[in-house]
Amino acid sequence: METLDQIFVLSKKGILDFLGTFLPEWVVTLACVAITIKAIAVLGPVTMMYLTLMERKVIGRMQNRIGPNRVGKWGLLQPLADGVKMLTKEDIVPHGADAVSHFLAPILIVIPSLLAFAVIPFGRGMTPVDLNVGVLFFIAVSSTTTIAIFMASWGSRNKFSVLGGMRSAAQMISYEVPMVLSVVPVILIAGSLSTNDIVLAQAGWGGLKWFVFTPWGFFAFIIFFLCGVAECNRSPFDLPEGESEIVAGFHTEYSGMKFALFYMAEFMNSFTVSGLAATLFLGGWQGPFLPSWLWFFLKTYALIFVMIWFRGTLPRIRVDQLMGLAWKFLMPLTLVNILAAGLWYFTEGAARWLITASILAGSFWLLTKLNRGYTPEKRVYLFAE
Amino acid sequence: MIFGTGILQGLMVTLKNFVTSYFKAPDEGGIFTVEYPEKRLPEKERFRNFPFLLYDKNPENLRCVACDICAKECPPKCIYIVREFDKDGKPLKRPAVFDIDFTVCMNCGICEEACPFDAIYMDHEFEIASADRHAKLLYHRDDLLKSNEYFHKIRPTDASAIDARRREAEEKKKAAEAAALAAQKAKEAAAAQAKPPEPPKPAAGA
Repeated sequence: METLDQIFVLSKKGILDFLGTFLPEWVVTLACVAITIKAIAVLGPVTMMYLTLMERKVIGRMQNRIGPNRVGKWGLLQPLADGVKMLTKEDIVPHGADAVSHFLAPILIVIPSLLAFAVIPFGRGMTPVDLNVGVLFFIAVSSTTTIAIFMASWGSRNKFSVLGGMRSAAQMISYEVPMVLSVVPVILIAGSLSTNDIVLAQAGWGGLKWFVFTPWGFFAFIIFFLCGVAECNRSPFDLPEGESEIVAGFHTEYSGMKFALFYMAEFMNSFTVSGLAATLFLGGWQGPFLPSWLWFFLKTYALIFVMIWFRGTLPRIRVDQLMGLAWKFLMPLTLVNILAAGLWYFTEGAARWLITASILAGSFWLLTKLNRGYTPEKRVYLFAE
Repeated sequence: MIFGTGILQGLMVTLKNFVTSYFKAPDEGGIFTVEYPEKRLPEKERFRNFPFLLYDKNPENLRCVACDICAKECPPKCIYIVREFDKDGKPLKRPAVFDIDFTVCMNCGICEEACPFDAIYMDHEFEIASADRHAKLLYHRDDLLKSNEYFHKIRPTDASAIDARRREAEEKKKAAEAAALAAQKAKEAAAAQAKPPEPPKPAAGA
């Protein structure tokens, strides 16, 4: 059990020990870094490839279809076939495009997604880089995606691209605020910005003392997850690439592998956001019986499933609804949530459950009431009749 | 009402579809897909596709008389017919060339409706894809010929109705012929009775 739990750590140690028998120490140190980087650099794209398959399969099932099942058993080789197709496609650069930014954007958009993998604790002792400001690093890095998207939209010299890029900028900046504020209670209770320490703070109750099982944690989790979905431009917040409105938004003018890189970034973002949500609120790799890394991947994939489930269910929301949700609903709720987490920190026993739960439920109800749209009892038509 | 209840209801619908897709029948929320090349839906009798030429008993005995009506009625003009002539240059009641260009055919079935000789019908065959659209999709007379038994197999209702109609028509024709023959005979008999010694006039005229 212990071996299974630490299998990746032990195998890395084994490789380094083997290298240490005939290589100088500085090479072994470099190899230690290289192995981790290699693991992430492989994990990211492979995850992305199979997320595309998972997305197509799950959405197919939701629409009573089978989904891809022709390439390999259960369509398991479909991502490879797609990759080959993408690589053999023509690379088109529009006449009059800003060549540099058009070329750089798909490369730049992948970098933050891969960097974000660095602070995700995949298992016990399996955080690639255990930064003491891990959460801050994640948020800072993932917010730079906006720049790449805006570069893509501006460099394409296409009105639909620019519209998509503008929407993306507005949306990402709006959702960044409640996203960061919803993480604050976790940092408050855990007392650390390090992702590993946050996971360790959720130890107990047989591995089930997750933050999501507290009133403030529950609300923060939902807010964080919704903002995360909006951050990686996934449905129902996929306004930047709204197919029915603005062709394909910021990647209208991209083809072949450059287009695939945008998708790679999107799927890797959804993996890292789900991973961070699992880390912050679902106890990370904590859990009974199973190996720690298996728990982490189970939780992450469950959250990704929820994202796909959203996409299979909800229509795209309007821009005003998008902004309204972020600024008028999620944002006040996160502020109340920080207050609730503070009260939770300073009170004890049943009282703190009662106080935080009632404050949050009350404010949730109040915000619902305040956000209710105005519908006149009788519609007045100014120019008809 | 509070925020999210409608969304939760919607999410439950898709989740139910997701779960039931694994074990329910298609009409109870399961998967509708029929994985085509391996499995296929039963063909509907009225399904129509490209036309074929019908023959009775053997391919020499085809019903088409090369009247050119279908070629004239065909909206995209995909039928091309040349009548057959014998050695003396006398036209025969059969086509020497009967080509249908399946790349042009739009599967409307007007040829079937227009044909007064029950000779051309719409087929159920649809897997005609080929790599050569010029040679392989231009169907000639011998490619188009199919037996009445085949027609009975794919469209039993239509085929038996048409057969019944043709038999009836034939019987009527036979009866009419028999009646005409009988009338002729009766006439001749009456004429013979009236003037038995006189020889028939046309013989005299000749």
